[in-house]
Amino acid sequence: MGKYAALVDVSRCTACRACQVACKQWNELPAEKTINVGTYQNPPDLSVTTYTLIRFKEISDNAEVRWNFFKDQCRHCLAPPCKDAADATAKGAIEQDANGSVIFTEKTRLLDIKEIREACPYDIPRQDPNTKLMTKCTFCNDRIDNGMVPACIKVCPTGTLSFGPRDRMLEMANKRLAEVKKRFPQAKLMGDEEEVSWIYILNRPEAEFQMTVAARRTRPVTVARRAFMRPFGALVAGTALLGSVATDADSPRE
Amino acid sequence: MTNHWIDIRNANVILVMGSNAAENHPISFKWVNKAIDNGATLLSVDPRFTRTSAKAHLYAPIRSGTDIAFLGGMIKYIIDNNRYFEEYVRLYTNASFLVNPDFKMPGELDGLFSGYDEKARKYDKSTWSLQTDNKGLIKKDPSLQHPNCVFQLLKKHYSRYTPELVSAITGTPKDKLLEIYDIYSSTGKPGKAATIMYAMGWTQHTVGTQNIRTMAIIQLLLGNMGVAGGGVNALRGESNVQGSTDHCLLAHILPGYLRVPSASLSTFKKYNDASTPKAKDPMSANWWGNFPKYSTSLLKSFFGEHATEDNGFGYAWLPKIDDGQTPYWLVLFDEMYKGTFSGFFSWGQNPACSGANANKVRLALAKLDWMVNVNIFPNETGDFWRGPGMKPKNIKTEVFLLPAAASFEKEGSITNSGRWAQWRYKGGNPPGEARPDADIMTDLYYRVKALCEKEGGAYTDPVLKVTWDYGPKGPDGKIMHYDPHMAAKEINGYFLKDVKIRETLYKKGTLVPSFAFLQADGSTSSGNWLYCQSYTEKGNMMARRGRNDPSGIGLYPEWAWAWPVNRRIIYNRASVNTAGNPWDKEHPVIQWDQGTKKWKGDVPDGGWPPLSAGKASRYAFIMKPEGHAHIFGPGRADGPFPEHYEPYECPIEKNLMNAQKFNPTVKIFSPETTTPLDVVFSCDPRFPIVGTTYRMVEHWQTGVMTRWQPWLIEAQPQLWVEMSKELASLRGIKNGEKVSVQSARGQVEAVAVVTDRFKPFDIAGQTIHQVGLPWCYGWITPRDGGDSANLLTPTIGDANTMIPESKAFMVNVVRKGV
Repeated sequence: MGKYAALVDVSRCTACRACQVACKQWNELPAEKTINVGTYQNPPDLSVTTYTLIRFKEISDNAEVRWNFFKDQCRHCLAPPCKDAADATAKGAIEQDANGSVIFTEKTRLLDIKEIREACPYDIPRQDPNTKLMTKCTFCNDRIDNGMVPACIKVCPTGTLSFGPRDRMLEMANKRLAEVKKRFPQAKLMGDEEEVSWIYILNRPEAEFQMTVAARRTRPVTVARRAFMRPFGALVAGTALLGSVATDADSPRE
Repeated sequence: MTNHWIDIRNANVILVMGSNAAENHPISFKWVNKAIDNGATLLSVDPRFTRTSAKAHLYAPIRSGTDIAFLGGMIKYIIDNNRYFEEYVRLYTNASFLVNPDFKMPGELDGLFSGYDEKARKYDKSTWSLQTDNKGLIKKDPSLQHPNCVFQLLKKHYSRYTPELVSAITGTPKDKLLEIYDIYSSTGKPGKAATIMYAMGWTQHTVGTQNIRTMAIIQLLLGNMGVAGGGVNALRGESNVQGSTDHCLLAHILPGYLRVPSASLSTFKKYNDASTPKAKDPMSANWWGNFPKYSTSLLKSFFGEHATEDNGFGYAWLPKIDDGQTPYWLVLFDEMYKGTFSGFFSWGQNPACSGANANKVRLALAKLDWMVNVNIFPNETGDFWRGPGMKPKNIKTEVFLLPAAASFEKEGSITNSGRWAQWRYKGGNPPGEARPDADIMTDLYYRVKALCEKEGGAYTDPVLKVTWDYGPKGPDGKIMHYDPHMAAKEINGYFLKDVKIRETLYKKGTLVPSFAFLQADGSTSSGNWLYCQSYTEKGNMMARRGRNDPSGIGLYPEWAWAWPVNRRIIYNRASVNTAGNPWDKEHPVIQWDQGTKKWKGDVPDGGWPPLSAGKASRYAFIMKPEGHAHIFGPGRADGPFPEHYEPYECPIEKNLMNAQKFNPTVKIFSPETTTPLDVVFSCDPRFPIVGTTYRMVEHWQTGVMTRWQPWLIEAQPQLWVEMSKELASLRGIKNGEKVSVQSARGQVEAVAVVTDRFKPFDIAGQTIHQVGLPWCYGWITPRDGGDSANLLTPTIGDANTMIPESKAFMVNVVRKGV
C-alpha cells in the first residue's frame, strides 16, 4: 500500500498547462516538435518525453457547450499490472517503492513495449525506439523523498491538484466530492481509487472526458487474473502471462 | 482595481466579461474557486466559450463591440425591477443631483448628446452641467423623482435598452440576458456583493472608456462599490503595468496621475489653478484640492535645489504638450510613418507585433534614421528590416539592440492589479552584457548631460537641472551605481528641511510618513504622492510579508503595501450606513467605533466620523469635487451616460440603437485624413466576418519571451483562428487546415480551430459570423509559427484614451490557396 496519493479535482482545472510544463522542467525533458491540428492539446499524446498531458474534450448538446480537461499520467497503481507483466521477463525492470511510486528502471530495455502497454489499463508506458528505455511519470520520487510535493502539484494555481498521505487524500476526496456534487449532481470518483495512487473527482460522466482509460477499463479480466496470480509466485504468473500474449506475434523480444 | 485579488473570494456573484480570467490570470482562479466554494455564482459573457466559460455556472455569447448595449439593458432591468440599493444610491452617488434642463440625450438627438460640433467631432459640454443654488451648492432631489435629476435621466436614457433590442444588437439570446441580469442584480441587497473582472475585452474599443463607465454605474446602483467582494476590477495585462500607469509612463499624465501641463498653462500657478478643483460644499473632502502639494513635491523631486519658489519650482523645465494635443500610440506611429521622427527608443516593447495595423508600424519603423531596441531577446521590432516583405537594402534605419536584464535579474517593486506594491529580490545575474533598465537609463542620462554641457542646444536646462540621486555618489558627483532602494525612497519623498506639523518636528532628510504630510511650499519632495508611505523611516513597507489578517476578509494589511496609504478596498466609506455600521455585517470593511471615535478595519477613506456626525463628517467619494460618485459623468469626451455605438469597422449597415454609426468623438484615421494604410471597410462583402484578438495562457503578450521557450511552443506551436462549425462549413474549411485570415490592412496564415465554442450571431435577423485569433506570434520564431494578428487590426482608438480597437474589426477567412 503506497504511502502517498494525489487528488485531482477536475472541476477546478482550467487547463493552464502549468503542470505539463513543470513536469518538463523538473525532469529536464526536451520539448517535442508539434503542430496545431485544430486543438489546444499538445503534444497530442503521452510520449517518452511527455510524462503528463492535459487532454481536452468539447461536448455540445442542446445548445450547451462543455469543455472538459483531464490531466493524464501514470496512476501509480497499488498492484501495478505493468510490473506483473514485466516480472515475467525481467524481474526488477519495473519496481514499486514505499512512497507508492511505480518506477521504470534501466532494465525496461529488456521488456516488450506492446505487452507492457497492453497490460496498463491507462495506456501509459512509452518506449524510446533507440535506447529501448521505457519512461513515464515518476511521481517525482526524488522530490517526495526530500519532503517536497511533485512538481505538477506544486505549481497548480487553482487547487485542482493535491498531495499527501493516502488516507488523508481519500478522506479529502470524499469530502470534496460532496461539495462538488452540490453543483454537479452527476459527480463521482473515478471508481479505481482502491487500486491507484492518483484519485480523480469527475464532475461529469466519464465519457465526457478524453482519456484512454475509458477504452482500456473494459478489460478488467486481465488485471484481475494477474492480481489473483501474484500470490502463487512468479513462475505460475509467468505461465499465465505467456498464455495471454501468445497471440501477440509482433511484439519485439530481447 | 478598486478592490484586490484576494477580495474576489468574498463575492456572491462574479461576472467575467471583457476578460478571460481563467486563461490570462490563471492564479486569480484560486480566488474565484474559493468564492464558488462559498456558494458564489460565476458568470461568463464572451464572444466565444472560453476556459473561463468552462468553469462558469452560466455562459452567454455576445458579439464583440456591443457591451454597452448588454450592460445598458442591465441598468434598465435594475431600475425597472427595483433591484438598486436605494439608500446607497441616494447617499453616495450623484443620482439625486439636478442637471441643467438644456441637457439633451441620444434618445432625443438621434444618438448625440447636446453640444455636438460635427466638424470638430467634439462636444461643447456646457449643457452637461449641474444646477446650483445662489450659494453655488448643487441642487438635489433626495427622492430621486425630479425629472431633471440624474436618476430620472438615467432611467429615461436606458429605457431604450429593451431586452428585445439588446438581444438584436448583441446576438445574446433574450432568456440568457434576463437570467444574467437577474443573478447579477440580486446583489443590490445590502450584505450581497458582486464583482466584475474585466480586461482588454472592454478597454480595446472605440467605446472602451464608456464600457467601464456603464459597469461603474451598475456597481453604484447595486451598492457594490467600497464593499468586500465588489468593486470595479481591471485585470491588468502585465505584472507591473499598474506600476507603469501609477508612475505615468503615458503621454497625458505625470507621476501620481497629475495632468501633464499644456502649453497655454504657462506658469506653475496657472497649471495648479487649472488642476485644483474647488469644492463649494464644506462636506466634500475634495482630496484633489491638495493638488499643489503633490505637484510641488514632484518638481522638488525632479529638480532638487534648482526648484525654488521664484522659478515656479522649475515648472519651465517640464515638457509641455500643445493644447489639445494627443500624443498617444496611434498618433505617434502615424507621425513616425510620415517621417516626423529621426529616432525611436523601443523600450521593453514589440510594436511591430503589438501595434494595431502592424504593417503600418513596420513601414513606419523604416522611416527612422535610428532605433534603439532595449529588450531581453531580439524581436520583430528591432529586426523589422529583415521581416517579410522588407527590402533591407532600401532601409536606412540603423538599429541598436541594448540587451536588458529580465525582471528576475534585478531588485525592485512590482505593483499588481490590486495596487499592492510588492518588493522583489534579485534572483540571479543577467547574462552577458544584459543590464537592468535603470542602469541603462543612468548611463544614457550622464552621456546626454555631458553632450548638453559640451555642445549646448536649443534648451538644455531640463537636462542639466534634473536630479539623479538614485544611487550612492562618487567623488565626481555622479552615482556609482543605481540603487532601487534610493529610487524607492525618492518616490516616497523626503522632508527637505525641518518641518513642524501639528506639534511634531520632522527632521530634514527624513522620509515623509504619508502624503498627508506633503507641502506646497517646497519643503517636501515626492516622486509620486500616491506612493508616499511606501518606504518610510520604519523601512521598506513594500517588502513586508506579514501574514496576519485580522479583517478576516483577506485584506492582509501587513503583506507588502498598497496605495493609497495601505488602503486595500478604496471608497470604503460607502461600505457603511450613516451610523458607520457596515451594510455587510459578515464582511465588514470598516466599522465606526463610537467608544474610541475611530474606524476599525481597513484604512478608512479619511478618518472623519460617519455621516450621522453631521458637519464633522465628509462625503464618501473623496476624490470627486462634489464628494459623490458619478452616475452622471460629464468628464468623458463622448457623453455623461454611455451610449451604444457600433465598432468603427463594423458588420452591419445601421446601428440599431441610434442614427450614429460609430462613436462621434473618435479621432479618425483614414486614407483621407492620415494615410492609405488606415483603410477601413465596414459592412463590405469582401470582409463580412467580425474579427477579434485575444491572448492565451501559454504565451505572453507578443510572445517575445515565450516563443523562445520550447515547452511553451510545444504546448501552443502555431497561430490559430477559432471559428464556428457553421462558418467552417460555409467556407469548406476542415479542422486543423491552414487558412488565410484577411482584413483591409493585412493578412495572416493560421490553423483553423473549428469549434462549437463559437456560434454565429443572429443580429436582427442577419447571421453574423465571428472569429478570433491570439496575437502572440511573430515571424522571428518559430519559423512555422505564424505572424502577428495585429496585421489585421485597424488604426482607430477609444474616444478618451485612444487605446486601439483591436477587439472588433472585419475580416475574411478562406482556405489557403483560394
